[in-house]
Amino acid sequence: TLAERTNLAGVQHILLVLSGKGGVGKSTISTELALALRSTGKRVGILDVDLCGPSIPRMLRVQDSAVHQCDSGWVPVFVGQDKAIALMSIGFLLERPDDAVVWRGPKKNALIKQFITDVAWGDLDFLIVDTPPGTSDEHISTVEALRPHKPLGAILVTTPQ
Amino acid sequence: ECPGTGSAQAGRAAACQGCPNQGLCAAGAAGPDPAEVAELRARLRAVRHTVLVLSGKGGVGKSTFSALLAHGLAADESKQVALLDIDICGPSIPKMMGLEGEQVHQSGSGWSPVYVEENLGVMSVGFLLSSPDDAVIWRGPKKNGLIKQFLRDVDWGEVDYLIVDTPPGTSDEHLSIVQYLSATHIDGAVIVTTPQEVSLQDVRKEINFCRKVKLPIIGVVENMSGFVCPKCKNESQIFPPTTGGAEKMCQNLNVSLLGKVPLDPQIGKSCDRGQSFLAEAPESPATLSYRNIIQRIQEYCEQHHFQEEKIM
Repeated sequence: TLAERTNLAGVQHILLVLSGKGGVGKSTISTELALALRSTGKRVGILDVDLCGPSIPRMLRVQDSAVHQCDSGWVPVFVGQDKAIALMSIGFLLERPDDAVVWRGPKKNALIKQFITDVAWGDLDFLIVDTPPGTSDEHISTVEALRPHKPLGAILVTTPQ
Repeated sequence: ECPGTGSAQAGRAAACQGCPNQGLCAAGAAGPDPAEVAELRARLRAVRHTVLVLSGKGGVGKSTFSALLAHGLAADESKQVALLDIDICGPSIPKMMGLEGEQVHQSGSGWSPVYVEENLGVMSVGFLLSSPDDAVIWRGPKKNGLIKQFLRDVDWGEVDYLIVDTPPGTSDEHLSIVQYLSATHIDGAVIVTTPQEVSLQDVRKEINFCRKVKLPIIGVVENMSGFVCPKCKNESQIFPPTTGGAEKMCQNLNVSLLGKVPLDPQIGKSCDRGQSFLAEAPESPATLSYRNIIQRIQEYCEQHHFQEEKIM
């Protein structure tokens, strides 16, 4: 659709951060990578598709922010020292931070598609997509929805054991 | 009137016709049907106690804890222990129990668990894979189907303790196990965390999940709680409890703190080698913590059973 082409059309490179294993540092690496890229002057966005355990908002100190809509969709929350990193996470849609998102696959898939097509990212050099552990609904849906936009590739995070 | 997206009627009620969300609600519609639940109740009748090990957060030590809880309980040879691993994407239990490469056998009475000891049987999707590196890339409904099979088709026999290890999150696997196990009763959930706020924030959600589905919480275990250097004996906080750790969270949420387990590099090694850390490092402070926690869980279960018997 036109909207799909529009919202990611200005994004140069899409990077996925994956693991399989939980608790190895995917969200930490995604955040640090975004900050490091930003410090070199790049325009950066982060898409947090961990619907059950969204960690990125707290890591960037915006856990209390809310999102707004504009004509082309949702406006990301701008974070970082110069408020220039664009962030979208389900964390912003929860009424209370301790609310559990207890959704089965189909509902998760629907939201992920929306996150990918309905966020007004604008012009970005890098969009970093942080994922939950596993190889399931979120991962399948994210890769399928991103495929037409030709992601650059995936970074895999692990620990030594 | 919309029955509510979380209701059992979601997507199926008359009012749902024509609603743009109908497909979604119906696909995510709650619960197994009563016939299935009855079938599971028959199959699980000989299980005395069931404990779920949950987190919300990944990599905090659920599988490690589940494995050690199983070993700890099975140390009493008069008890029959079953360990069910429903982490379908990342099954860690086979490796931790030294059972990699084992396969599941079928018999007349169903699937046979893989036995570590005579009184300790294990089931995991790991045993169904042709290679340990095979990715199981399944959407929710297929995962739910396998979990149901694990409960319905595995011939556990008489079991004193059924321990269920779960993946991180609050999704299909968690909803399904709670719904399918409503056929029998679940003594409660043990929730594992590490001290840092990034873990606790996911664990609070898990606690809310438990409350939402009326799953009793036996208590919380704080893993990776400090590190004592074996050389200089100094203690360091590798994951500092910047917001008060599990202790503060438990106070705030009125949940029991079962114990704190320090980091010990031997734990990871034992897991990688498929050995019981409790047996390999009996003098470690971590072993002492684990044993205390296991005892508290046993006491909770026995007391729970006693109260049930009193009622009957």
